[in-house]
Amino acid sequence: MSGSGVVLGPRPTGPWARRFSLLIIVIGAATVLLPLAWMLSTSLKPESQVFRTPIEWVPTTVRTENYSEAVSIIPFWRYALNSAIVAIPVVIGTVLSSAAVAYAFARLRAPGLNAMFVLVIAGIMLPGEVTLVPSFLLYKELGWVGTYLPLTVPAWLGGGAFNIFLLRQYFLTIPREQEELARVEGHGFLSILLRVIIPQSWPAISVVAALQFVDVWNDFLGPLLYITDQTQYTLPLGLNFYKDIYNTQWAHLMAASLLALLPCIVVFFLAQRAFTQGVVLTGRR
Amino acid sequence: MTTERAPAQRSTKTRARKASRREALAAYALVSPWLIGFVGLTLGPMLASLWLSFTDYSLVTTNGTSFVGASNYREALTEDPLVLQSLRVTAYYALLAVVLDLVLGLMLAILLNSGFRGIGAIRTIYYLPAAVSGVAVSLLWLWIFQPSGGLANGILDLVGLPTSDWIYSTTWVIPAFVLMSLWGVGRSAFIYLAILQRIPTNLYEAAAVDGAKSMRRFFRITVPLVTPAIFLNLILGLIGNFQTFTQAFVISEGGPANASLFYTLYLYRNAFRYFRVGYASALAWILFALLLALTLVLFRTGRRWVYYEAGGPGGRP
Repeated sequence: MSGSGVVLGPRPTGPWARRFSLLIIVIGAATVLLPLAWMLSTSLKPESQVFRTPIEWVPTTVRTENYSEAVSIIPFWRYALNSAIVAIPVVIGTVLSSAAVAYAFARLRAPGLNAMFVLVIAGIMLPGEVTLVPSFLLYKELGWVGTYLPLTVPAWLGGGAFNIFLLRQYFLTIPREQEELARVEGHGFLSILLRVIIPQSWPAISVVAALQFVDVWNDFLGPLLYITDQTQYTLPLGLNFYKDIYNTQWAHLMAASLLALLPCIVVFFLAQRAFTQGVVLTGRR
Repeated sequence: MTTERAPAQRSTKTRARKASRREALAAYALVSPWLIGFVGLTLGPMLASLWLSFTDYSLVTTNGTSFVGASNYREALTEDPLVLQSLRVTAYYALLAVVLDLVLGLMLAILLNSGFRGIGAIRTIYYLPAAVSGVAVSLLWLWIFQPSGGLANGILDLVGLPTSDWIYSTTWVIPAFVLMSLWGVGRSAFIYLAILQRIPTNLYEAAAVDGAKSMRRFFRITVPLVTPAIFLNLILGLIGNFQTFTQAFVISEGGPANASLFYTLYLYRNAFRYFRVGYASALAWILFALLLALTLVLFRTGRRWVYYEAGGPGGRP
């Protein structure tokens, strides 16, 4: 069985065990897809057919108007734009600031730097609840409640422990020759980071960017606390609002939800490897 | 070095000292955004939260804040039945979700490690749920768990099993949330898979030659080698699950009869619905203390069952 040479480690061996495990894998994969298929199927049904039993996977009448109606019942595109207005600076800030911090931890020496790195890692263990309330008071004091600042500014301040850790580990694998050459040519550390390190780190940076995009696009608690005006709602807040008002219109609700998830699904397929690598490298959840 | 003349040596030394000072300054400049964030958004708020937890600070009252000693903690731990209820709900969910995720994730990883053609595409499918989350996914599961018309009961009906009220039943609401979380089991499977792929096949071949049965090989070779990942998943999973909020807020709103009153949801209500900031801060510190104790216990016991290649139990051959 070890003839293939590509696969290592424990795996089912013997023809029957292999057939049986293939069967389980395929059934499992179908089960994973089932909720999304159900979402799509519901979103294309007339509301009157949504509750039919037994389950109808293919709608007898396909109703694509659900989508055009869903995006006009709530100001969907306005919310999507708001989500993008939050997501773009968050992703850029996260990448830049976590790269800067990670570079210092990976390459530079200074008193206290190692202790700071330990603090970064310890921060992963800190439950967010502890800082939730006082952070709100801080932003209230600053007059930031009702703006996007509490959602975007923190991303520029370090970019999160997981991202720092991931980029540091990646930077450690980059050979030093080019950096030393750039130093000899008189480049400063920031210039080396931007010209030498970042261009060689796109795999790790796309991991950080993709995971951060999905996180911020789906964030609910942050906008719930800090966004007060309905015209400023991001998509998650808008969808929750929609649920409270039209909570029985499942076809429309699923159409709107599927549209809201679409950017994440697209990012996922564009950056599949980035996603799995990020998780493998850091154990991030 | 010793053969160099003294003045040259001195100037090299000064230059080196200058360079290392420049390096240190650059390092501090580069980490300064993190440092500002750490002091302003983590350490500062933590201390503020600790102070608030000993006061009756409220978001609405105007007649000042006074120091109330440990009375918030006393109320939370002895008088407020909802604290115990939310701890019970959250611990039940966190444990069930983490353990099932661990077992299913490891089994899935072993299955996905097969060299079938097209396995790459199938792995991608398993990983897809990790890319979607939040309100849209919660709404999907709210619909799936509707007793009439929902997918969950539709499938149970189809195979002739008794249906359930799911999120409207005090018994089934937490298992329903666990099922929803297991949709993302592919994420853990990937972590285990990465380790499995580094285990040299000859370990298994040697064991097979020795006549070890496959179950024995699994428990003697596979399990010890993945214990570091199991340990990591256990700790991060528990901490993460203790922060469950969006699902609870959107799907069940803590109901029915507080059967899904997750701890963070209750904390949120105290702070932002009842405006009891002081009390909510005490709740946050109680949770922090519990999680810290749990983590320490895990680290202590972890020394006994987590296998690290260098110097761990068994050590290097």
